[in-house]
Amino acid sequence: METHPALAEQLPPLSAHEAAVEADRCLFCYDAPCTHACPTHIDIPRFIKKIATKNLRGSAETIYTANLLGATCARVCPVQELCEGACVLGSEHKPIAIGRLQRYAMDYAKAKGIKPRAKALRASGRRIAVIGAGPAGLSCAGELALRGHAVTVFEKRELAGGLSTYGIIALREPVDVALDEAKMIESLGVELKTSVEFGKEITIEEARKQFDAIVMSVGLGATPALGIAGEEAIVDGLAYIEASKVGAANLHVGRNVVVVGAGNTAVDCATIARRLGAERVTMVYRRTQREMTCYEHEYHFALSEGIEFRFLSQPAGVILRDGKTAGLKCLRVELGEPDASGRPAPKAVAGSEFVIEADQIVKAVGQQKPSLASLLGLKTAKGYIAVSEDFETSVAGVYAVGDCIRSHGSASTVMAVEDGKLAAAAIERKLATAEVR
Amino acid sequence: MADLRIDFEGIKSPNPFWLASAPPTNSGAQIHRAFEAGWGGAVWKTIGAPVLNVSNRYGAWHSGRRRMLAINNVELISDRPLEINLKEIAEVKRAWPDRAVIVSAMVESKPEAWHEIIRRIEDTGADGIELNYGCPHGMSERGMGSAVGQVPEYCEQITRWVMDAAKIPVIVKLTPNITNIVMPARAAVAAGANALSLINTINSIVGVDLDTLELTPSIGGKGGHGGYAGPAVKPIALNMLSALGTDEMVSRSGLPISGMGGIATWEDAAQFLLLGASSLQVCTAVMHHGYRIIEDLCDGLSNWMDEKGFATITDVVGQSLHRVSEFKHFDLAFRAVARIDEAKCIQCNLCYVACNDTAHQCIDLIAPDGSVTQPYMYDVRSNGKQEATETRPQPQVREEDCVGCRLCYNVCPVAECIEMVEEPSGRESVTWNELTANRREVTEDWARMQEYRAQVGIEIH
Repeated sequence: METHPALAEQLPPLSAHEAAVEADRCLFCYDAPCTHACPTHIDIPRFIKKIATKNLRGSAETIYTANLLGATCARVCPVQELCEGACVLGSEHKPIAIGRLQRYAMDYAKAKGIKPRAKALRASGRRIAVIGAGPAGLSCAGELALRGHAVTVFEKRELAGGLSTYGIIALREPVDVALDEAKMIESLGVELKTSVEFGKEITIEEARKQFDAIVMSVGLGATPALGIAGEEAIVDGLAYIEASKVGAANLHVGRNVVVVGAGNTAVDCATIARRLGAERVTMVYRRTQREMTCYEHEYHFALSEGIEFRFLSQPAGVILRDGKTAGLKCLRVELGEPDASGRPAPKAVAGSEFVIEADQIVKAVGQQKPSLASLLGLKTAKGYIAVSEDFETSVAGVYAVGDCIRSHGSASTVMAVEDGKLAAAAIERKLATAEVR
Repeated sequence: MADLRIDFEGIKSPNPFWLASAPPTNSGAQIHRAFEAGWGGAVWKTIGAPVLNVSNRYGAWHSGRRRMLAINNVELISDRPLEINLKEIAEVKRAWPDRAVIVSAMVESKPEAWHEIIRRIEDTGADGIELNYGCPHGMSERGMGSAVGQVPEYCEQITRWVMDAAKIPVIVKLTPNITNIVMPARAAVAAGANALSLINTINSIVGVDLDTLELTPSIGGKGGHGGYAGPAVKPIALNMLSALGTDEMVSRSGLPISGMGGIATWEDAAQFLLLGASSLQVCTAVMHHGYRIIEDLCDGLSNWMDEKGFATITDVVGQSLHRVSEFKHFDLAFRAVARIDEAKCIQCNLCYVACNDTAHQCIDLIAPDGSVTQPYMYDVRSNGKQEATETRPQPQVREEDCVGCRLCYNVCPVAECIEMVEEPSGRESVTWNELTANRREVTEDWARMQEYRAQVGIEIH
């Protein structure tokens, strides 16, 4: 898929020599902390040693054993907070570039058509529906298929991959990586039906008749409303990223762009604006640098991109001139006592209005809770789908994984992949005790 | 500043470092440059019978990022005509009177051939002659090199022929490709040689190409054993050097030994001196980095000698030889245990797995709450750098069970993190020899051995 050259994948692949040198640096820790830190617990020293011994097939298979979406995770994981952050060499030296080595092994797997190995010798006769082809759904579908179950994935969008395809800036993950990964999952025997909306084209009643289990991996909704005047002029951040990845023709980038929000998606939006021609990009956030929800390295990356920050500023309205965006009216904020999130509560100061000039305003302030949950009558927790230890919802036989159940902890691709893997194992355990229909 | 000059059986040089007979000493032009860089001497690449060489003659063993931990070669003796070599030897010696110029030689095993070459070498004004009894490839197939060095009788016979004719010092260079290095050394001593040198290269095959299934390097599809040298062979060389130094006949002869085999740094050099070498030869390290390494070889050695209070090279030579012993003389009551410095430990657990799988199972993993834990105990849903690092156990040696094998010390990647601490064993000193002499039954019968252990308090878990 064509991506604007300014958004081409940021890090080049490691050369064979670079990979070998880096792999040799790995100490091959026993019961390694990187493996513990990885939510999917990839045996990292093992896959790295296999790179060092030039056993790249074995290296890729080691990754697949724990994580079917290793190609995506190698690119989008916040490795500084996970594996690389736990590397024993990190204290006094440079941690091993685990993410880039994983990408090296996964690129090899892609080039050679290496697939994960089946975990069952014969078909189980079970049919499982997965709703949503994002990372959690694909991981779950792939794991179930490897165990011999017949899996059908229903995806309402045209393309599979979920946020990997639509919602992560291309310089971190090109669209093709996500699409190739979905194809790989399909090649494990998974039936992938795109442009099929669950609840419309197929009802839950039909699904429950046809399938032994249903897995909801529906993600979250659109960006919530800010509830300010002129909101209709504000661009949705996820749509903004999506357009930069798969709909360049629809992408309009202003000259003076304001991004509301301070999470990783907000940084992606600001980066897109900056790289695609905005002269000035300002991120507006109610709290301060300390409370930002983006990873620290993302903040530093944004600074290096020349993105500006306006902290302690709360959007109060869009200024329109001749029907066009001219600025964002904000109120100055003071931080009070910690609120329910544990962070200082922002308090807008009355009469402190000021205007940040902008000809485009993008909002990236999280995502709405899954709407499908209430539609299906599933119990929720803080608006997210409530699940048991085994990822089963309040409706027996209906499971849920990924961002739609993330009522606590931060949502991330790798957590979604792990959910899918654990849920697949739980579903199999459950089905093993049930009669085949 | 320490005095680095040596007088090796009459061969003088301003420092103990000579280039070994090898590609770095192939021509006069090269040796001129080496002497300009500061080398104390050079053993000219072996001259003698006519030869032809092949391409892909050097293989090497690399480990990770470290290149050329050892080199392997099937290069023969000098492939430049004898006349040219002799002419250049004379020129170099004339230009560098203060440096040691030694000529390595290898000819057919006939007295006339040896007499002839000795006479011609002496005519160049060279300081000494080294007899190449070591070359393990090619020349040996023609009855020369290691074919001589491996048979003490041949070694002695040819050395006698040489000594009949030679007026300048003769060094016999030994091959390590032999069961007992002392035998050919004794033969050389018996034949009246003036000095010994060792080691020559070791028979080796570097590897096999896994695409073509040919040997590496491949010489037109074929390969064969070649001479192995470089840092990886140093421990073998040190052992053979000390074997000569501790052999009664060889040491009583007083023959000086020129040591070589993997010398790459001044530290290697000092070790060879301490185990009895009184001149040092270097090849692989120069082939890797060039003549310039002589600067730090001298500088580092000199600084170390100053620090240790050694004024001359002679003061250093053989200082550690009396430490060379045998198992039967070791103190069985000596006890050391490993201790891990928790402040330095990075918790890679390499010591733990080495001890647990392959040694004596005496390293525990201690959880942050102080309890002994096992590896891989974390919950599958636990993740993130915080949890991974904060819950990571600390390896700790259970000293009462530690046999002091030193494996953990060797695998630890952190400098000075694991220390071998000498601990009183509470037992009286005794050697196996003494035990055999005084309580033979203990050394021959397991039941008696068990009684003995119980009696003196040796518990092996």
